[in-house]
Amino acid sequence: MNGSLEIWPQQASGHAAQVDTFILAFTVLVALLAIPVGLLIFVFAIKYRRGKSVDRQHAPDRKVWLEVSWSVLPFLASLGFYVWSTALYFDLNHAPPDSLDIFIVAKQWMWKAQHPGGEREIDELHVPVGQPVRLVMNSQDVIHSFYVPALRVKQDVVPGRVSSLWFKAERPGVYWMTCAEFCGTDHSVMGGKFYVLTADEYAAWLARSGVDTSLAALGDVLFRKYGCSGCHAPSAGVHAPDLAGLYGRSVALANGETVIADEQYIQDSILLPQKQIAAGYEPIMPTFKNVLGEDEVIQLVAYIKSLRQASWRVK
Amino acid sequence: MSDQPAVHSPYLEAAQQREADFLGMYIFLATEIMLFGGFLAAVYVVRVLHPQEASETAQQLNLWLGSFNTAVLLTSSLSMALAVQLSREAKRRAVVIRLCLTMALGLAFLTIKGVEYYQEYREGLMPFSGGLNPLSKPGEQLFFNFYLVGTSLHALHLMIGIALVSVLAWRVARSETPLPRRAVTVELVGLYWHLIDVVWVFIYPIFYLAR
Amino acid sequence: MTVGATLETSPERISYLRAGYTLWSWLTTTDHKRIAVLYLYSITAFFFVGGIAAALIRLDLATPGGDLLSNEGYNRAFTLHGVVMVWFFLIPSIPATFGNFLIPLMIGAQDLAFPRINLASWYLYVLAGMFTLYAVVIGGVDTGWTFYTPLSTLFANGYVVSALLAVIVVGFSSIFTGLNFIVTVHKLRCPGMTWSRLPLFVWSLYATAIILVLATPVLTMLLILVCVERVFGIGIFNPDLGGDPLLYQHLFWFYSHPAVYIMVLPAFGVLSELVTAAARKRIFGYWFIAYSSVAIAVIGFLVWGHHMFVAGESMYASAVFSFLSIAVAVPSGIKVYNWIATLYKGSISLDPAFLFAMGFIGLFVIGGLTGLMLAMIAVDVHVHDTYFVVAHFHYIMVGGAVTAFFGALHFWWPKITGRMYNITWGRITAALIFLGFNLTFFPQFILGYLGMPRRYHVYPPEFQVLHVLSSAGASILAVGYLLPFIYLLYSLRHGQPAGPNPWGATGLEWTVPSPPPKQNFAEMPIVTRPPYDYPIRDPMSRE
Repeated sequence: MNGSLEIWPQQASGHAAQVDTFILAFTVLVALLAIPVGLLIFVFAIKYRRGKSVDRQHAPDRKVWLEVSWSVLPFLASLGFYVWSTALYFDLNHAPPDSLDIFIVAKQWMWKAQHPGGEREIDELHVPVGQPVRLVMNSQDVIHSFYVPALRVKQDVVPGRVSSLWFKAERPGVYWMTCAEFCGTDHSVMGGKFYVLTADEYAAWLARSGVDTSLAALGDVLFRKYGCSGCHAPSAGVHAPDLAGLYGRSVALANGETVIADEQYIQDSILLPQKQIAAGYEPIMPTFKNVLGEDEVIQLVAYIKSLRQASWRVK
Repeated sequence: MSDQPAVHSPYLEAAQQREADFLGMYIFLATEIMLFGGFLAAVYVVRVLHPQEASETAQQLNLWLGSFNTAVLLTSSLSMALAVQLSREAKRRAVVIRLCLTMALGLAFLTIKGVEYYQEYREGLMPFSGGLNPLSKPGEQLFFNFYLVGTSLHALHLMIGIALVSVLAWRVARSETPLPRRAVTVELVGLYWHLIDVVWVFIYPIFYLAR
Repeated sequence: MTVGATLETSPERISYLRAGYTLWSWLTTTDHKRIAVLYLYSITAFFFVGGIAAALIRLDLATPGGDLLSNEGYNRAFTLHGVVMVWFFLIPSIPATFGNFLIPLMIGAQDLAFPRINLASWYLYVLAGMFTLYAVVIGGVDTGWTFYTPLSTLFANGYVVSALLAVIVVGFSSIFTGLNFIVTVHKLRCPGMTWSRLPLFVWSLYATAIILVLATPVLTMLLILVCVERVFGIGIFNPDLGGDPLLYQHLFWFYSHPAVYIMVLPAFGVLSELVTAAARKRIFGYWFIAYSSVAIAVIGFLVWGHHMFVAGESMYASAVFSFLSIAVAVPSGIKVYNWIATLYKGSISLDPAFLFAMGFIGLFVIGGLTGLMLAMIAVDVHVHDTYFVVAHFHYIMVGGAVTAFFGALHFWWPKITGRMYNITWGRITAALIFLGFNLTFFPQFILGYLGMPRRYHVYPPEFQVLHVLSSAGASILAVGYLLPFIYLLYSLRHGQPAGPNPWGATGLEWTVPSPPPKQNFAEMPIVTRPPYDYPIRDPMSRE
């Protein structure tokens, strides 16, 4: 049996420290609510034991002010914590604009990561310290859940949608990375290592990864290989939406709605082109679902994200 | 022979027993409402997520037959209600006639539904039709499959209702269910029949009128 | 309260246990007391099945490498444990045994409103149980008791449809029980038994019955849809075909959250009875407790989203569910204060039933307050799907509901069987269960916060000490659960015959002989006094 015994997880981020503070404070409230109960049971069971002569006169069976107080006061105290917790949670939903986007694919039973510079990892994730990182995640099969206990964050990765999670790791080290949603036979072993590297270490790691094409560059190749430019280039004979500067822009749809072109929108346009038709265009784009692998979809999405108005060119 | 039904243990009075029977039936109907309610909630979600696909699919359904079927079912509820009313007046023969009419209308509903299903099969809409399915988009086929599940479940309940009504008609005809002593039985079956009707009143618009 | 019933045991008033010795007389009975005993046998059998699965799990988890079971074997073990314990033990436990036995007696009725439907519910339970055992024997299911899609619809290898059919059938059993209870409480109260005089046990079962009839059909429908998708591939929860896996979760938890109140509300009812009887004092705050049961039933339908905070639920929906989850904790919590206040200036006897009640209070408070922690989204994002949640719900389900079940067993055993058991052994069992339980599940809070996910049987070696503590606790708990088999069964032959009211408690059930005759009351009782009207004039106590 391994001798080491952990009873508190490491804190790899500021958020982790905040969650820990919250739960310790809440435990104080829990203790205040629970300890009197525990004590009183024992005190009463002994003091008022049957057969003992003790003053049992005027035993109350109703005291409305007491019952109302012990309902309302704990509730109000909990509400205070509610506000604090919800604020922490809302933060988790707003990734900073300078986040490093890393694409994650979850599948039975491994985690695949693709960095913007093209580096790939399986069951490992290397991130730089002090840099907000945003994970853009897809599942290839069932629901998984990306979880790093040291960061105190997790997010379910649901097939058919793009899920995202952001964090800022602040303490270099190696941490456990797991799948937290039961996903079948090898769920227990679908985990790996999460590396938080100092700036030097991260640069060294990038250099070691030996990749000379970024995700977006790989996507550029695919864009031509699969004929996307045949319709989507400005000079194409087919009337298809211009993709330059698309990412982050709001798009008017044929059914009158307006959506923001995020990763989900771009990915759906490639795999489920009939789902949301842009206004003014015919629904003639074919699906590439059975043509492209998951990795290739990610590369194309990265490429389209990288397209700015001025840099559009067709080779 | 009294006009009141026999009181069985644990009841002490006929009125108490009757009220308990009705309350029990109402609670059972509430469970059926939650059953179909769950289903309709799921369908509603799909409609909201895929409004265009739902509309496309709804246009493939036979609105004429569906509407006519609705009229058939509503009429069967009418004949059932009349049967209930007459059972309180101990008009045995009239009750049997109206119960048989209810049953016949129910069977007519099922027949027309069968014709619709057959038409849909011929048009290649069914999941196992083979060949080219006019519903090519994923959301469309999904909405259609919901239509199949919903109408089949309704049809199953209707078949149970028809069975209940036919047994009841038989028993009333042979005085094994004496009237007005056991009129409550006719009323309870009537309540179930009306529920089947109400469920259809929700299923019909959510599918046929989604166009 | 004045009672019109007489208490002698004349030959015409043979005990319900003796009115017919044949198996046939038991299998065709409509006597609510016999049906309660039939249920007691069946749920005990399933408690064993679920318990064996738990033993396998805890044995496997004693080592970090998952050496006892294969990955698939472990997945099937925890699925079996969950399915059996939730649907075949916890949900029917108190309602179908003690509810069936006691509700008519407590309200002064001769039976439930629909005795034959009562028997039908037992048969449906047994049929469903057979389906489950069949599914286990032919190979088992490996989806978890929650059957999340698309794992269960598209990827699972086990006999999912058989298991789902079993749950659908047992759902009907639940619905029938609930329906029966509601009509009984409305229509069969004896003269003078107004709503304000109802024992709180009846109030809590009434609230439970409302949930049973309204929530269960939604699960039935959902599982039908899953079966249809699995068999016909129609893609309701398959995103490739336009479906949504999250739709499953919403519908599942819409039932399953109220379901946990089905499991715990009856336990609250039992507690009110145990505490008042042990303290020989009126309950403190009768109306708060009665209304809070109904409030829990209602608000419990509005909090299902707290199971989905990280599943992809919208930020705003999550905030609303978090708030409502905090709200629903209030009526649960205040009951505990009411029970403690009942003890104040009482005359407390430390009988086994009361010790179980004390155990319940301690364990339920921890379970409930950790639930409040989970309602805080920032915490839940960290501990969702970890052992923290496992510990929380076991504190409530096992530390709470099962402890209350055992308390009820020790309290009403003399009434049901006519025999008194060995009190000392009862006390030892209560203590063993309390200690064993804490040793088993408290370390799991720590494991969960450390990040140990649920449904894992391979884990980092640093977690082993905590797991070994937990498994050791489980062995003590197992002894605690097995002991009653010995002394309770022993009492059937060798126990002292119990009088009508061995504990000196109020309640109409204590005015009839132990065991009660087939016909509960020779004369219709007439109630004139409030409930828990201590001190009672003619206690017939053991003192």
